[in-house]
Amino acid sequence: AAEEGGPCQSKMAGADGDDSLYPIAVLIDELRNEDVQLRLNSIKKLSTIALALGVERTRTELLPFLTDTIYDEDEVLLALAEQLGNFTMLVGGPEYVHCLLPPLESLATVEETVVRDKAVESLRKISQEHSPVDLEVHFEPLVKRLASGDWFTSRTSACGLFSVCYPRVSSTVKAEIRQHFRTLCSDDTPMVRRAAASKLGEFAKVLELDYVKSDIISLFTALASDEQDSVRLLAVEACVSIATLLPQEDLETLVMPTLRQAAEDKSWRVRYMVADKFSELQKAVGPEITKNDLVPAFQNLLKDCEAEVRAAAANKVKEFCENLPEDNREQIIMTHILPCVKELVSDTNQHVKSALASVIMGLSTILGKDNTIEHLLPLFLAQLKDECPEVRLNIISNLDCVNEVIGIRQLSQSLLPAIVELAEDAKWRVRLAIIEYMPLLAGQLGVEFFDEKLNTLCMAWLIDHVYAIREAATCNLMKLVEKFGAEWAQNTIVPKVLGMANDPNYLHRMTTLFCINVIVHCCGYPYREITTKQMLPVVLKMSNDQVANVRFNVAKSLQKIGPVLDSNALQTEVKPVLEKLASDTDMDVKYFAQEAISGECLSSSTIVDKLNT
Amino acid sequence: MAGPGGDMQWCFSQVKGAIDDDVAEADIISTVEFNHTGELLATGDKGGRVVIFQQEIENKSQPQFRSEYNVYSTFQSHEPEFDYLKSLEIEEKINKIRWLPQKNAAQFLLSTNDKTIKLWKISERDKRPEGYNLKEEDGRYKDPNTITSLRVPVLIPMDLMVEASPRRVFANAHTYHINSISVNSDNETYLSADDLRINLWHLEITDRSFNIVDIKPANMEELTEVITAAEFHPHQCNTFVYSSSKGTIRLCDMRASALCDKHSKLFEEPEDPSNRSFFSEIISSISDVKFSHNGRYMMTRDYLSVKIWDLNMENRPVETYQVHEYLRSKLCSLYENDCIFDKFECCWNGNDSVVMTGSYNNFFRMFDRGHRRDVTLEASRENSKPMQVLKPRKVCAGGKRKKDEISVDSLDFNKKILHTAWHPQDNIIAVATTNNLYIFQDKVN
Repeated sequence: AAEEGGPCQSKMAGADGDDSLYPIAVLIDELRNEDVQLRLNSIKKLSTIALALGVERTRTELLPFLTDTIYDEDEVLLALAEQLGNFTMLVGGPEYVHCLLPPLESLATVEETVVRDKAVESLRKISQEHSPVDLEVHFEPLVKRLASGDWFTSRTSACGLFSVCYPRVSSTVKAEIRQHFRTLCSDDTPMVRRAAASKLGEFAKVLELDYVKSDIISLFTALASDEQDSVRLLAVEACVSIATLLPQEDLETLVMPTLRQAAEDKSWRVRYMVADKFSELQKAVGPEITKNDLVPAFQNLLKDCEAEVRAAAANKVKEFCENLPEDNREQIIMTHILPCVKELVSDTNQHVKSALASVIMGLSTILGKDNTIEHLLPLFLAQLKDECPEVRLNIISNLDCVNEVIGIRQLSQSLLPAIVELAEDAKWRVRLAIIEYMPLLAGQLGVEFFDEKLNTLCMAWLIDHVYAIREAATCNLMKLVEKFGAEWAQNTIVPKVLGMANDPNYLHRMTTLFCINVIVHCCGYPYREITTKQMLPVVLKMSNDQVANVRFNVAKSLQKIGPVLDSNALQTEVKPVLEKLASDTDMDVKYFAQEAISGECLSSSTIVDKLNT
Repeated sequence: MAGPGGDMQWCFSQVKGAIDDDVAEADIISTVEFNHTGELLATGDKGGRVVIFQQEIENKSQPQFRSEYNVYSTFQSHEPEFDYLKSLEIEEKINKIRWLPQKNAAQFLLSTNDKTIKLWKISERDKRPEGYNLKEEDGRYKDPNTITSLRVPVLIPMDLMVEASPRRVFANAHTYHINSISVNSDNETYLSADDLRINLWHLEITDRSFNIVDIKPANMEELTEVITAAEFHPHQCNTFVYSSSKGTIRLCDMRASALCDKHSKLFEEPEDPSNRSFFSEIISSISDVKFSHNGRYMMTRDYLSVKIWDLNMENRPVETYQVHEYLRSKLCSLYENDCIFDKFECCWNGNDSVVMTGSYNNFFRMFDRGHRRDVTLEASRENSKPMQVLKPRKVCAGGKRKKDEISVDSLDFNKKILHTAWHPQDNIIAVATTNNLYIFQDKVN
């Protein structure tokens, strides 16, 4: 605190002192302030400091200081690592970019993964600014130092740097880099092997094809059969990149044995990874291998004994089917995939069912009208009756796919009970979720069906005992009015909403006001008749309500209604009411009434007047 | 090495802690743990403190005085808390400490009380920045008008400073009391076990943990057993074991499924009907389970014995050692004074050839597996002269008491050794009596 009191008050403007130095001096001093926030601020303005010091002092004084300040809090180190990635010009341009390596090297060995990753990201960035000579003289030795570091933190960081220097160095250095990568792939600590496995695909991309076949494949095979499943599962990701690099004819011998093994791995986490990456794998290996190998593998994953794996596979059903070769897509789906899908509909695990429900509707566009009606429809109907609300919700939220293929009418008989049940679910979050799908359903089912079957539900939500539901129901009304138009609103919604103005429960009376606010908003000027003739009198009458909350909401509503009224109505009807409210005994009512008066265009002419003239 | 009962002799090296007989509750040692190199030794106490000792660089001129352990860092790991929802006090007592494999120049450990696990970083600093623009080093402000150039601070050497900083707090995942934590060989996850559940954490993620074992019955009245200890296999990242109050050990394979409700192996010894008594179930409860360093065996401690199990044989232990069989006739009084519920821990030596565990009267026991020999030693102030050789102790189980023997009736049950630790490579052991930490080492000839 003394710091703030001191020199800041006697702001320097002396004859000797240099005005422009003062703020920089503060920034530099705050690099070592006790308050983390101040240090962080200073680090974030490191470029200002460097600019003031000039390139030479930045290189010789600032960077050595920063190299040793790795004791700091993570957030400061993270900011520093990021700053240094953009520092090339501040140290004198590409010629001197290697001066940034020491601080980034020490940041690449700290224990916090986020900081290390950021340091590696910055190192990758500045590697591009090194000349080919500097890259070999300065950058590559740093990579080697990290790769042979004592602690695994530095070795993990090295894994991310090979791919950026490899393309730009001589063939001897290339050979060394490959050797280093190979060593890290068989490191003692699983941390390093994981880092190597996760960078394998990226490194493969910059290697010459011959080396991909000779080096990478053996490393890939070794990592994919590592004793630690946390390493094996990362090899699955590498599989995607490697498969894209190899010519089709080599895939069978070089990649597929490993992939098959991963799909049947003893550890569920590895199989989960295969399921999770299935679409990418499918694209990488191409249609022929997909037909022969991936289809049976996918069937097995859908029938896996671990629910997590089944759920991941179920999530991919639509994508997998979409990407099947078109010539016999339908046949593969009908004979191989659909039987498994049918079983999943009655799975014992609700996450599996709900994952399936979120994609299953997508199959209808692929299979066409007849198959959908014959084979998929019974599944949809079964899921609509599922005991788990999430499954039903997922089906309802994807109705649009089916609507396009067979029309929603096929489903409507089952849809309605499902919706009604969700609408009355004991959990308010479930009710909230179904409300959010109402506008979509209304659009697909049409106004007639809606009025007949769903309107009552929408109105019932307005008097739900949970505020979040009433709020969502109000918002739902707005969307319905936008969809069906003001005329529909006038006939179906407005009378019911206005009816609630006399409800004994003041929360319901407030809901009336909230609904009026949104209806005014979407009907707007062209339908101002609804507002002036029907809604305004009710609002004005409510200003006499005995509950203060209702009264100040009247003030708020009047402010919203104002713009669509003409100045006559404003002056003769609205203004007196607001003035009365402005002298209310309740201070909130007063406040909002005054807000409305000053916000209202009571004194000047309104939009309506302008339009009329 | 030779067996402790044979050629090797143990001698006193150091004792840590207050000498007076008045023991403050907060000073009672509740856990002892060497790090992976043995260079550091951590203790936790009932007062929520962690004390770390560092082994000094060996003194070449006096080879008989091997490197001593001196205080390296002391910090308050846990504070007493109050759970307002359940109206429960949460003790600050450190239940377990586990070191992480070293990842950079700093050291990391996990410490836990009943509810909350914390990750601590212990790091050294030997440089400090010097040079301000706006003030002198002593803090006086300079006249800003005199600033004519900018000064970048420089780092200058200073006396070594050891800092302990909390890096992560893993809270709100345990309804019951945490009894074990164990770091996985994958170096990125660890487990924490309470009476009824085991959770799996990622070391970098504090807001989420996965429940991997849950033995809580739907109806708590049907509860018949609790989890007493849990540990990961030293090399197989997918394998862990947990022991129960019924004397069984379950081995689970995390590859098989996400929730390890079904064990893949159940280690259980059939009960000897002739020994059956009211106390059978209480004394068969396992208080500690430890894998051997090579991962082939595990050791369990129950009230009266230590058992070594081969992971490939579930129906009986390969070795059983009696720790203090003479107490079998005393179970009634041990039940009355609650001693029967004491949770003794056990540990392996560096090459898995000897195991050690504690007993009463400040005695501790070593069992040489190869030579089938055992020894009882005592940690006491009387034997605490430098390099003094520990004399084996004998308890007289009845009949006529020989010279040098101690009668069962004169054992002091308030002096118990629950926590011991063995250096990962060398013959150096740390033995916690109530509020003292004794360090012994083998005699170098």
